[in-house]
Amino acid sequence: MTNNKNIQILLRPISEANPVTVLILGICSALAVTAKLKPAFVMAVSVTVVTALSNLIISLLRKGIPPKIRIIVQLVIVASLVILVDQVLKAFVYDVSKQLSVFVGLIITNCIVMGRLEAFAMANGPWESFLDGIGNGLGYGLILIIVAFFRELLGSGTLWGYQIIPQKLYDIGYMNNGLMILPPMALIIVGIIIWVKKTSVK
Amino acid sequence: MTNGYIFRYTITLVIIVAIILSATATLLYPLQKKNEDNEKMVNIMKAAGITVTNNEDVYSLFDKYCTKMLIINNDGTIIDECSDAVKTKCKAFNINLKNELSKMADNKDYSLPVYVLQYDNRIINVIPLQGTGLWGPIWGYMALSEDFDTVIGTVFDHKSETPGLGAEITTEKFSNQFKDKRLFKNGVFKSIAVVKGGISALDTEEQKYAVDAISGGTITSNGVNDMIKNTLELYLPYIEKQNDKQ
Repeated sequence: MTNNKNIQILLRPISEANPVTVLILGICSALAVTAKLKPAFVMAVSVTVVTALSNLIISLLRKGIPPKIRIIVQLVIVASLVILVDQVLKAFVYDVSKQLSVFVGLIITNCIVMGRLEAFAMANGPWESFLDGIGNGLGYGLILIIVAFFRELLGSGTLWGYQIIPQKLYDIGYMNNGLMILPPMALIIVGIIIWVKKTSVK
Repeated sequence: MTNGYIFRYTITLVIIVAIILSATATLLYPLQKKNEDNEKMVNIMKAAGITVTNNEDVYSLFDKYCTKMLIINNDGTIIDECSDAVKTKCKAFNINLKNELSKMADNKDYSLPVYVLQYDNRIINVIPLQGTGLWGPIWGYMALSEDFDTVIGTVFDHKSETPGLGAEITTEKFSNQFKDKRLFKNGVFKSIAVVKGGISALDTEEQKYAVDAISGGTITSNGVNDMIKNTLELYLPYIEKQNDKQ
């Protein structure tokens, strides 16, 4: 269950096979939800849950799925999981569901989910697929958190909604960088992360 | 694999998924409805300046402060008045403003709710707002003085505005700006403008009718501007009738 190979499956997507920085998947949502740390975190958790569960289900069904319609089958599974998650959140944790609102829908379009189903779950066992889903979700989440950290700190002067940059600094003329809360800056930060990663991890 | 297998597979899969989804949706509906009602009551009270702490019962608090609910029609006549003990059962509470607005767009008869609260020895009229932001619908509640002239408070919410930009309309920093703003100038409806670039450039008289827009959220800010103007215009016949009486 937890031999070396499985640990590799879980940990590789976090750094050396990171879905965002290496496979360049899930960029669109990485740009959209990283203006603040909190929605980025909630998005990371929900993507991890959906990727892991859809990987697991597709892996269990993989031998019966007709190859000609496999993409549609994958889509049906992912969409149903996302709707289920949304319904449960709405009923039991209404606040969180409001935080998520648009992001829940975005999970369906997240290329990482479909990418992992196609590349991994269709060819591997349920347990490995489940671990792969968790790993990729965490790898994606890590980048989201890093980007959101810089964008919220420099763009709004807060972290998780709490004031970090002291008022005194504003009084002597410091200003929040408005560009940071706009999507182009997210792209630039993702670019810098990829650059740092490519030059340091070789 | 034969076509027959593919058909059987798809049909079975779709039926199973449909059963699971509809069962979940039906089972969870009462809980979801309760959450939505809860939120609506908290928002109405918040607009009127009543803060609800976590451990208070929203239902009993709402029934205490909300004295009556009215439904008014196109030309401002009251067609339903409800002062039941349990306010969530009132017809006015369950009016969906969005549906009423699309009825209006089709030139059909529509009805609008007014929630009348009594708090701090004042009579407060709360009206719902509905409009469009950048990515989807935006809505809110506006609490007005008894003569509908001065704003007591507002609450805004949205479905899918950009976090950090348009979504900032939900913050108190934005909604508190509306406090004590005026809607009528010399008896003529003027509405409250959401001004890009800030209201500090305007003269003091104009500042009573304007608030600052959100930087980076221009289209959402314009949406709020239009939402207030368009929704309040529908209430004008009723407001005029009320003020004539006094």
